[in-house]
Amino acid sequence: MGEHGHHPAPPSPVEQRVAALQALLTERGLLPEGFVEEVTRRYESEIGPMNGAKVVARAWVDPSYRERLLADGTAAIAEFGFGGAEGDHMVVVENTATIHNVIVCTLCSCYPWPVLGLPPAWYKDPPYRARMVREPRALLAEMGCPLPHDVEIRVWDSSAEVRYLVLPLRPAGTEGLTEAELAGMVTRDSMIGVAQL
Amino acid sequence: MAMDGIHDLGGMQGLGSVAHSPAEPAFHEPWQASARALLITVAGVVGVSGGEFRHAIERMEPGHYLTSDYYEHWLTAAATLAVEHGLVTRAELEARAGGPYPLSGPVVAAEIADPGRGVDRPRFGAGDQVRVRQWHSPGHTRCPRYVRGKTGTVARVDGIHSVPDIEAHSRARRYEPTYSVRFDAAELWRDGQRGVSVHVDLWDSYLE
Repeated sequence: MGEHGHHPAPPSPVEQRVAALQALLTERGLLPEGFVEEVTRRYESEIGPMNGAKVVARAWVDPSYRERLLADGTAAIAEFGFGGAEGDHMVVVENTATIHNVIVCTLCSCYPWPVLGLPPAWYKDPPYRARMVREPRALLAEMGCPLPHDVEIRVWDSSAEVRYLVLPLRPAGTEGLTEAELAGMVTRDSMIGVAQL
Repeated sequence: MAMDGIHDLGGMQGLGSVAHSPAEPAFHEPWQASARALLITVAGVVGVSGGEFRHAIERMEPGHYLTSDYYEHWLTAAATLAVEHGLVTRAELEARAGGPYPLSGPVVAAEIADPGRGVDRPRFGAGDQVRVRQWHSPGHTRCPRYVRGKTGTVARVDGIHSVPDIEAHSRARRYEPTYSVRFDAAELWRDGQRGVSVHVDLWDSYLE
């Protein structure tokens, strides 16, 4: 980071605005050296959907963990050491053969950071936030997740302090897989609820 | 003057399809990571509440809000809060950026001196029917427009938390229980799909 060698094009207006605020805060001693790099590293390699995938895989193989996870998501997730900002009040919603859960934040971009990382761009963009609460069945089909008409859809709008994680259905034919192998199958989209596995 | 902002998007139509991609990096561009770091820095230095931070984004000019990505929202909030709290001036930002530096619009809601009485015990329990107050906040609120005046059922009683409507406009705080309220799609939308419910998390004072 911080290398402009990959950017032969002149900086865009937004890049210039970032650089301006960054320079002023640095000069005033408010932005510690290396903080941008630290933030980049944190979100690129420490916090992300690989954390949520471990939680899901554990719930699939360990019935008592699954029970704890559904009863108190925050505490069960903390067993992995995951927690903190945007994950202080976790509720895990479980998909079944007849119920499909999906999460959204219509007002901004609330999302369970400790288990899923920063939200993808489409989650924060207006179309997803506008449509998921109004026409979830159509939107899910459009996003590659068609559901049978007899499957109930529960949409969770993260409008207060709770952050949600969807516990997807374990795919059939995975009985022989280890917990780590199962975690490798769990996608971010499945934990938001816009995909099935 | 009411502040039902552009950010309150639930149910809005005509915004097009979702530009969905199953694999997406945390940051597409290095400036996005910088914007994130700048926001953390400014928020920490000036000590903003969640409500004040979110309201700084909600005050963006609507056209700018809809045509910029979320990292630019964060940058705009960081710069706006830095100017409003006296860390930098708009003139300095424009001089350094070599051009216009769009900031969020001013706060229109009055400063709240008296936060009012908190609620220390839930008024409702799971299964209770509740109706959301028909109310237009003059400033920040976390009560989405699409549930106002609508009837739902309490699905879960959550913890007691600071009311965003107060903390965005006051140094004082008011604490109330929050509830997850389940609404049938048919209650929310004239064309509500069958077998669909939407759960919205609401503070006690958002309910009648």
